[in-house]
Amino acid sequence: MEGIADRPFPPGEYPVVVVGSGPGGLQTSYSLSRLGVEHAVLSQDDRPGGMFRRWPIFERLLSWSETEAVAARGTAEYELHDQNSLLADEPGARACVAEVMLGGDRTYIVPTRAEMEAGMAAYAERAGVAVRYGCSWESTRREDDGSLVLTTSDGEYRCRAAVFALGVTEPWKSAIPGVEDVPHYADVDRAKERYAKLDVIVIGKRNSAFELADGLEPWARRIVLISPRPVDTSVVSLSTVRVRYMQPLEHHQIGGGTLALDAAIERIERYGDGFRVHASGTTRPGELVVEADVVIAATGFRAPLRDLADLGVATVGQGRIPALTPFWESATAPGIYFAGNATQGAAGLRRHGVGSSSAAVHGFRYNARLLARHLAQSLGHDILTARIEGGRAEHLLSVLTTAPDIWTQKAYLAHVLAEDGSAETVPLAYFVDSVGPDAVAATIEMNASGQVYPVLYRRRGGGVTEHVLPPHPLRDYRASEEHRREVASII
Amino acid sequence: MNGTEIESLARLALFAGLSRPQLEAITHAYDEEMFPEGQRILRKGLTGAGLYVILDGVATIVLNDSEIARLGRGEFFGEVSSLLGDAPTADVVASTALRCLVIPEPKVEEFLLANPPVALNMLRAEALRLSETLQWKG
Repeated sequence: MEGIADRPFPPGEYPVVVVGSGPGGLQTSYSLSRLGVEHAVLSQDDRPGGMFRRWPIFERLLSWSETEAVAARGTAEYELHDQNSLLADEPGARACVAEVMLGGDRTYIVPTRAEMEAGMAAYAERAGVAVRYGCSWESTRREDDGSLVLTTSDGEYRCRAAVFALGVTEPWKSAIPGVEDVPHYADVDRAKERYAKLDVIVIGKRNSAFELADGLEPWARRIVLISPRPVDTSVVSLSTVRVRYMQPLEHHQIGGGTLALDAAIERIERYGDGFRVHASGTTRPGELVVEADVVIAATGFRAPLRDLADLGVATVGQGRIPALTPFWESATAPGIYFAGNATQGAAGLRRHGVGSSSAAVHGFRYNARLLARHLAQSLGHDILTARIEGGRAEHLLSVLTTAPDIWTQKAYLAHVLAEDGSAETVPLAYFVDSVGPDAVAATIEMNASGQVYPVLYRRRGGGVTEHVLPPHPLRDYRASEEHRREVASII
Repeated sequence: MNGTEIESLARLALFAGLSRPQLEAITHAYDEEMFPEGQRILRKGLTGAGLYVILDGVATIVLNDSEIARLGRGEFFGEVSSLLGDAPTADVVASTALRCLVIPEPKVEEFLLANPPVALNMLRAEALRLSETLQWKG
């Protein structure tokens, strides 16, 4: 057994403390280290991986890591083909999940939970992310000088900024009478054969509910999914359920053993050895009573905020997600930042109803990199901004074609090019509301019909104007004379 | 479903006439968003925002640096640009911490068609705004 002093980051004072060793914590720590920002990383777990050590339960992940792609593995362009790997400057620490999958059965481009966990462990090792494992954050207070003190199982950590990267991982149940008698998704029996010949009700119609249905369909006698909101699949990329989990929905629509009902559940009551669920239709009014042997609440998760509400951290989504500024700081409690899945609390502009990709690794890995830069600047580090060589229009056309951050975080992250040639990525919400030198910001955006196209925002004399560019079928804007002309005229 | 959020919608005049399951469907389908004081929410000239219903706090409509109007709990903004598909003609800024229910622009029509009482309540509010403007001009 190691002593407290043998592990990294003993209790004490650090400029920044990062809590969590899932993808959000690992990416934040790596990015802070690259910028020379001293920090501690604490985790109550005994190894890296975060939620992927437990979930998803029955199925693979939803995000892909292509083992073969048009872009070479380990390049920035390859990041679009490998949504699960974390970012690194050293080629050896990139594409960790795809490399694990190369040694797998290569049945699908989406990894198993075990492959994802192994990829996270490989990244922590290759990127040299040190973590104080087995150190549990217990409570928080703010001192008179504004600094934060995190009390942990190992002692106190004092810091100017704390980054909570704990995912959205605390099981959350809706307030339905009787729901206390049924298990949450997180606590279901993982032995599928236990569901053989049983009638199962799943409360919820989002990914975790459909994941359960998809996993249990080969075993259960009947599965009924119930929630008030209908599943909207009109635009695949905006759907509340990812395509991989749509099998049970198809089953419902064509006719078979699975039903997806739009109804608000009024109560769950015990009935014989099972349950009776009373619900009231939403898209089609009327009372419904459904009986089942097993009821599972796939009603979602919340960020584990512990006592942060006492420090003034406000939440949205019925207390589930912290409300954040564009740079992922609590909107109401300065110095308290979030990384990972909880960065969905900074909603961005939601232009045309399209939200961020911050609830998944492929989106929040970019947020973490920008957060590290923002923290470094806030702490007074001198951070260099890249300067482009060559023409500004050529640079923007190239960014619009290949930049994985703005392609992943559509209308959320923007590549900003100033007139002096300095270039950096920032949250779009920050760019359009901040004053600064004349500059152009480039984004990739999508509308509610699923059309994907570039947009330029020109900031001049304090005002910002938007310029929507036409989509290109091959998405290669470098070769398009039309786009070259338009970009040149805008800048 | 969280009872308190449904209760807070039920108390707003805009949602008068909706059943509890309908209110619950709304809280499931649309996100709540919170803006810190001073944050812009609608930006003059930028398209693609949405309809915002104030659940808590105060928002100010700002045109060319002057305050045009203040909006409080139960009031809404962004409906005109959402329905017309145009960019807003003024900024809307949070003058306190502001909590809103957000119906994104492409969903506004569907939202009103699915909830006729809300469409009617909104029409009443617009009629009131128009009549106040006309009186003021007259």
